[in-house]
Amino acid sequence: MKKFDKDRMVLAIGAPLLALVAALVITSGVIGVTGKDPFHAFYVMLDFGIKSDSQVWIINKAIPYYLAAVAVAIGFRMNLFNIGVDGQYRIAAFCAAVLGGALTLPGFIQIPLILLVAMLVGAVWSGIAGLLKTTRGVSEVVTTIMLNFIAASTIGYFLQDGRLAVKDGNLFHTPDIPASSHFFTIPTTPDPIDGTLILAVVTGAAYWFVLGRTRFGFDLRAVGRSESAASASGVSVKRMVVTSMVLSGLVAGLVGMPTLLNKSFNYGTDFPAGIGFTGIAIALLGRNHPVGMALGALLWGFLERTGTQLEFEEYAQEIVGVMQGVIVLCVVIAYEVVRRYGLRMQQRQVGEQLAKQARKREKKAEVSA
Amino acid sequence: MANHDIDITVRRGTVHALVGENGAGKSTLMKILYGMQKPDEGTIAVGGEQVSFSTPGDAIARGIGMVHQHFMLADNLTVLENTVLGAEGLYGISGRARDRIMELSDAYRLGIRPDVLVEELGVADRQRVEILKVLYRGARTLILDEPTAVLVPQEVDALFENLRELKAEGLTVLFISHKLGEVLSVADDITVIRRGTTVASVKPAETSPKQLAELMVGSELPSPETRESTVTSTPVLRVKDLRLTATDTDGAERAVLDGIAFTIHKGEVLGVAGVEGNGQAELVEAVMGMRELESGSVTLDAEDITALSTRARREGGIGYIPEDRHRHGLLLEGTLWENRILGHVTEHPNSKGQLLDLRGARNDTQRIVHEYDVRTPGIEVTAASLSGGNQQKLIFGREMSHHPKLLIAAHPTRGVDVGAQAQIWDQIRAARREGLAVLLISADLDELIGLSDTLRVMYRGRLVADADPATVTPEELGSAMTGAASGHLDHGGDGAGAAQDAPRPAAEAAVPRQDAIPDGLRKASADASEGSDAPEGGDAR
Repeated sequence: MKKFDKDRMVLAIGAPLLALVAALVITSGVIGVTGKDPFHAFYVMLDFGIKSDSQVWIINKAIPYYLAAVAVAIGFRMNLFNIGVDGQYRIAAFCAAVLGGALTLPGFIQIPLILLVAMLVGAVWSGIAGLLKTTRGVSEVVTTIMLNFIAASTIGYFLQDGRLAVKDGNLFHTPDIPASSHFFTIPTTPDPIDGTLILAVVTGAAYWFVLGRTRFGFDLRAVGRSESAASASGVSVKRMVVTSMVLSGLVAGLVGMPTLLNKSFNYGTDFPAGIGFTGIAIALLGRNHPVGMALGALLWGFLERTGTQLEFEEYAQEIVGVMQGVIVLCVVIAYEVVRRYGLRMQQRQVGEQLAKQARKREKKAEVSA
Repeated sequence: MANHDIDITVRRGTVHALVGENGAGKSTLMKILYGMQKPDEGTIAVGGEQVSFSTPGDAIARGIGMVHQHFMLADNLTVLENTVLGAEGLYGISGRARDRIMELSDAYRLGIRPDVLVEELGVADRQRVEILKVLYRGARTLILDEPTAVLVPQEVDALFENLRELKAEGLTVLFISHKLGEVLSVADDITVIRRGTTVASVKPAETSPKQLAELMVGSELPSPETRESTVTSTPVLRVKDLRLTATDTDGAERAVLDGIAFTIHKGEVLGVAGVEGNGQAELVEAVMGMRELESGSVTLDAEDITALSTRARREGGIGYIPEDRHRHGLLLEGTLWENRILGHVTEHPNSKGQLLDLRGARNDTQRIVHEYDVRTPGIEVTAASLSGGNQQKLIFGREMSHHPKLLIAAHPTRGVDVGAQAQIWDQIRAARREGLAVLLISADLDELIGLSDTLRVMYRGRLVADADPATVTPEELGSAMTGAASGHLDHGGDGAGAAQDAPRPAAEAAVPRQDAIPDGLRKASADASEGSDAPEGGDAR
């Protein structure tokens, strides 16, 4: 039995490693074509990436990425593609920022309130897609993309002087959240790590626990693996679609919080967008696994951090974008290849082992006869 | 290793049967002969000349053709189009191709109608189209993989006529089966394969089903016969006036279940016979709560469960062995213990409160594997890596572990080897003695007759006939299944029961063709058999 576990471990770790090596080879080729030395580029990235200020920067960057990845992964485990995490976290962060800017309550009340509002708004936004899918049969891919646009336009409408925003130089943003409601930071040198790291860790742990250890999680995974078998087993697939969309939206609502509560303290026209899409890439990279996605998020942060440094060395900065794209592509292909290989290998091994047992039994029977 | 030391010699112009249990290595051997898989060692010779196939194309070039168990036809194309598809180079795609098709059809009496859409054909006709396709490509040796699995007895006879016709023309047929009676009636030579190796070559005249079975399994032939009756007067499942409609592809609404009513008592096995696609699957889904009913009620143990969810019904004591275990019974990529939880996630030992009890589930999976003889190296392997029979034993064990009041068993021994079949039958009988009520749906008429206490025949969504399993014959059931007989089937003269050769005038309208299966019916039944073409983990033992 140990053998199967070991094989599975080798495959699980082998796939991303294989993908990373392949991605490195391909990007080396691309850098080579631009007439530069790829190895020097990797050296620069590594050298810059392990500096302590880079480390802090990477961790802080990885927090929202990780939350977005978890939101996407909840959908993936259910065979749902929530491409709308982007719209969900933006509208959620916007509403939370408006509320946070309007209230001046003690921090221990206001911070949870802000988080709660963000999660609720995210859940409502994704829940719409879930309801439309179960009642009208509209693909969640289409609705969530549309809802992204609706979210962006809605925010754009309210984010104007005289509506819900104030003008600040060239920017419009919601009123600042009072300092008492800022999230704590973890004092490290040279820069502090955002306290919202705790949100990511708790979310990751909850994700692991709910999916892996509860009845609900089992039902959800069953639907993701085989809708027909799950429905025969007594899961209401429709209800599960709505529930998992709502859960995905709840987590998506948190994606904007590290920025809002640790950095910008308001929602402005410069509020980061596109993290939801990064989350898709990281969920793929991390194979929907809570630890895998954490590593993926850190890798993403690392690439973004060190990409800027490449510019100083006269490499094209776009090379990092190419690298990210190539990594995701390689990873997706490698996982699929390894998954199929693993299934086949296991079938063969089981067959061989059983044949061996059967022969042994026959021999024994002959001897005793 | 799936095969070793296989020796088989097939004489030209004969029907050669290859028999063995499921998982004995028949399919692997076929794949090797047809070039889908390469042997590690050994040789193949065709007509005395040593050959080596690396693709099916090579095999076709040598005149070897294969008729697969699951038909490979495009529903929305005509028979002519399906036949020339991929072989356009031979006779073009129109006039010459049609001439060739009719020539083949006449020569082997296949009764081909080239311009009919395949979706309008029934199972037996589709099979003939598959045979035609192979002949059209110039095959002189045909491999048929379990061709009778999807046919009713009358259709089997028609197929065997075709095979004799082929043989008479000097073609060679290699015929795979595990139904021994059929093999004895049609084959000239029989090769028995067991655990991946050939164990005997016999002539049908010199053997009996019993001997063959012993060669196949190395033990005695199991029989599904139940002896003493255990039927009580306490009703467990009561179904009243069930009606269910579905919208078909043309947008027309039709009743798939109509006026279904029956009662199953404690200790009773109610068998439902019928050609696939006549509403059996829907009946099961209706009782399981997976379909919304138009009208009617379902009562389990005096409690009305018509409005309850599937989960509540399962918790209430319904065990379910689905017809298509890959689609409805298993998470193929899940481990065995995850599959043990499936369907019973709310029940002991799988969960405590809202939390899963992984240790409890794992331990209980070990117990099931042990008690139900699931052949597996462990419980952490995926369900897909088990053979079909072992998958079924796992499902059966899982369902029986929750002590159901009612067991819905749809084709419980389909694709299951003889050993496992006997075991499942024994366990159903044992549970029945303890008071289990069973709704048994099966295409295997011997199984139905042998296990059931009461038999009903389903035809076009209605229960049209009933029979006493003690006296009814498979042929009588067969005629009721095709709509040629109804009411109570017994030996009372040449009334309902003896309808197989001469359908009564009243029934003739429903029998447009010689082989006695109406169109709509055949279509549905073919769809059902193709729908089960799920990723197969069963053969890779």
